[in-house]
Amino acid sequence: MNVASLIFTPKFLATIIRMTTPLIYAMLAAVIVNRAGVMNLAVESTMLTGALLGVLFSTWTKSAWLGFLLAIIGCVLLSLAIGYAAFVLKADESLNGVAFNLMMQGGTIFILYLVTGSKGMSNDLQSKVLPKWDIPIIKDIPFIGTVFSGHYLLTYIAVIMVIFVHVLIFRTKFGLRLRLVGENPQAAESVGINSQKMKMIAMCLAGGISAIGGCFMSMGYVSWFQSGMTAGRGFIGMASSTLGGNTPLGGSLASFLFGTADAIAITLSTLSIPGEFVTMIPYVVTVIGLVVSSSLSGKAGKRKGDKK
Amino acid sequence: MQEEVQKISNTKIGDIYLSMKGITKVYGNGVLANNQVDFEVRKGEIHALMGENGAGKSTLMKVLFGNELPDAGTITLDGKEVTIDSPKTAVALGIGMVYQHFNLADSLTIAENIVVGSEPNEGVFFDRDNAIKIVNSLAERYGFNVKADELVRNISVCQKQKTEILKILFRDSQLIILDEPTAVLTPQETDELFEQLKMLKDNGYTIIFISHKIDEVMRLCDRVTIMRAGRHMGTYDISDLTARDISRLMVGRDVIQNIEKPDHPMGKTVLKVDELNFYDKHNVHVVNNMSFCLHKGEILGVAGVEGSGQKEMSEIITGLLPPFSGKVFFEGEDITEEDIAGRRKHGMSHIHEDRMTYGAAMNESIEENLISIRNEDPDLGSKLFLDRKKIRSLAEDLIKRFSVLCKSPDVPVKMLSGGNMQKVVVARELSVSPKVIIANQPTRGIDVGAVELIHKTLIEARENDCGVLLITSDLNEVLDLSDSLIVLHGGKIVGYFRDVKKLTEEELGLYMLGLKEQSEAEIREAVADED
Repeated sequence: MNVASLIFTPKFLATIIRMTTPLIYAMLAAVIVNRAGVMNLAVESTMLTGALLGVLFSTWTKSAWLGFLLAIIGCVLLSLAIGYAAFVLKADESLNGVAFNLMMQGGTIFILYLVTGSKGMSNDLQSKVLPKWDIPIIKDIPFIGTVFSGHYLLTYIAVIMVIFVHVLIFRTKFGLRLRLVGENPQAAESVGINSQKMKMIAMCLAGGISAIGGCFMSMGYVSWFQSGMTAGRGFIGMASSTLGGNTPLGGSLASFLFGTADAIAITLSTLSIPGEFVTMIPYVVTVIGLVVSSSLSGKAGKRKGDKK
Repeated sequence: MQEEVQKISNTKIGDIYLSMKGITKVYGNGVLANNQVDFEVRKGEIHALMGENGAGKSTLMKVLFGNELPDAGTITLDGKEVTIDSPKTAVALGIGMVYQHFNLADSLTIAENIVVGSEPNEGVFFDRDNAIKIVNSLAERYGFNVKADELVRNISVCQKQKTEILKILFRDSQLIILDEPTAVLTPQETDELFEQLKMLKDNGYTIIFISHKIDEVMRLCDRVTIMRAGRHMGTYDISDLTARDISRLMVGRDVIQNIEKPDHPMGKTVLKVDELNFYDKHNVHVVNNMSFCLHKGEILGVAGVEGSGQKEMSEIITGLLPPFSGKVFFEGEDITEEDIAGRRKHGMSHIHEDRMTYGAAMNESIEENLISIRNEDPDLGSKLFLDRKKIRSLAEDLIKRFSVLCKSPDVPVKMLSGGNMQKVVVARELSVSPKVIIANQPTRGIDVGAVELIHKTLIEARENDCGVLLITSDLNEVLDLSDSLIVLHGGKIVGYFRDVKKLTEEELGLYMLGLKEQSEAEIREAVADED
């Protein structure tokens, strides 16, 4: 089969959108904490936890939306714990994030085993799936309809969330204070802003938003939880945020780039290229993206020597 | 409100607004930074607070602004006794401070930086247009020429300073503290700032102006309080003083220490610095075309008000900082491109002014710190392993010779007092028999006994034909120890004195404060390499 004929199809473009969706949520979570000046590596773990909680709560409540909501609340609480360790108990932010990532990697499997007796998948659970949406009129347009219509509702909500976070950061009092805390906490304190509180709020927002990304993975993209199913998407989201200059709009573009790499990997896996090589693609693109962006900004930041 | 402002400006300088009485502050390391200091400021005046670095003016202002709690003393503001335990309290009491290092966020606009914390709003939204309007009208009222919607990243240092002042005005503070505000400004910008400060004064604001620039204080201020060595040296009306008086009060020496310094002939040039230039990150020319020679067996003093380029100069010579242009020669060999280890191999030792960060590793033991510059020394072990016994005996020997007070060589350096810490650093740097020592503030903040020992050590090194570059802000030290002397002002060598004995401290003060300057030709001739 020809590679080009696989890639230039409306179905492929739809796959890009599907793969970009969870990255957008992770990216937004990263944008918020980065703006608050927090090095939060735990986006991966809140995302993974969100995926598991969505499956469990939707099974127990027999409602997809209720499960979704409870998953978000659960991840906000988890973020509170991460923030408490980092800001109140003064644990090293990066190590703290790594610790929580490792803890939840094992913790989600543990909980899954307690509930289902399986350490790998949650197929036995009657978990619910969040609805899809066919956009009226557009769905009937050939090509465009296939690309843009019929995705899970969370994909469309992602677009709204991008705008929401943009407005939150750049148009509200809260956002202004958040940016000041992130850039110069001393200046913030000197005008009476409690920087620790602001960082905590940012952590909670990030936890909730990344949980939505996790739910998309387990209650839409697939209909079950699988151990380690986020597969580094939290980290790629952080990379997108950095690449996009910590703005929701720029970050969305970067997420789209990585989503495309993901989509290519999926599409190529049907060919006879080794699967291990194909799964590397999104991560290789991430590394290249980060190197290019930092070398560009490094050049701009270097001062010119006025040698005589 | 407008009427009230009018009324104040019509009255002359008023009653006492701020009164600090008996302020004493001892820092954790035992430094007595403020000793029973009294400080009074009247309503509506511009009051200068002058003193050398380390004189205690910053500490006094930290106490006033709530950064430090005093160990003793009271603060009375506008007739009420107050306790100021944090900058937040100070701001609430109507005190505003402009630090030398600005408290601004680069990615926000001028207006955002000014209003953040008390923003105008429409519901949850930040009312950007209104913020810009408020800032513009505030700026206009006091003649500040700023563009409210410009990003702070894109504005000049001078504009940043105006932003800081506007931030204070926006919060309705009545007392404005400016910490060496002109240090980063060009003369034209300084003029503009002074116009604005006078305008603020006419509007009833009270200003404390921290500075060590005499001419500026004489131009701008109504009264001056002078501090020296943590003590209050008096408060005067500016009109009663001459520049010479201020200089004498600031830098006059009170203790005369007798240091025995036998005559010793100078040898050949060992270190030569040729037209060094360096610009800091604010693009200030902090090392401006410096050239000089250091000879064997010579102590060359470097005097100057702190921040005149001493730090950068010594870091360039020792390899911590690359120069923008210029060269450093060691016994005639160009070492400008060499790394620190290479320079040390040539025989250069360095006593850094910051002993806690650069001088010693705080958590490691005395012994390990003593050998940290020579851990590849074949005398101290084989290629792979260190010889603990040999190291121990070397350490014990050095501890005895430099009388470091400690229980054992295993004690971490951070457990020592400042003086003993510095002895460890000096012992290490001199234990390798260097040909050149760059000693930057070697005796700052340490006890008299340790000072004496370090002075003796430096003189001994000189007798062993070592060249000593002694950078210090302690005038006693520089005049007593140096054979010859360079004076720095604003990054430039403004004076070179071949024979320190002929120099009076008053004369030196005038050079240090930039009131006197040798011509470029005079200096060039004096520093010319005669070899």
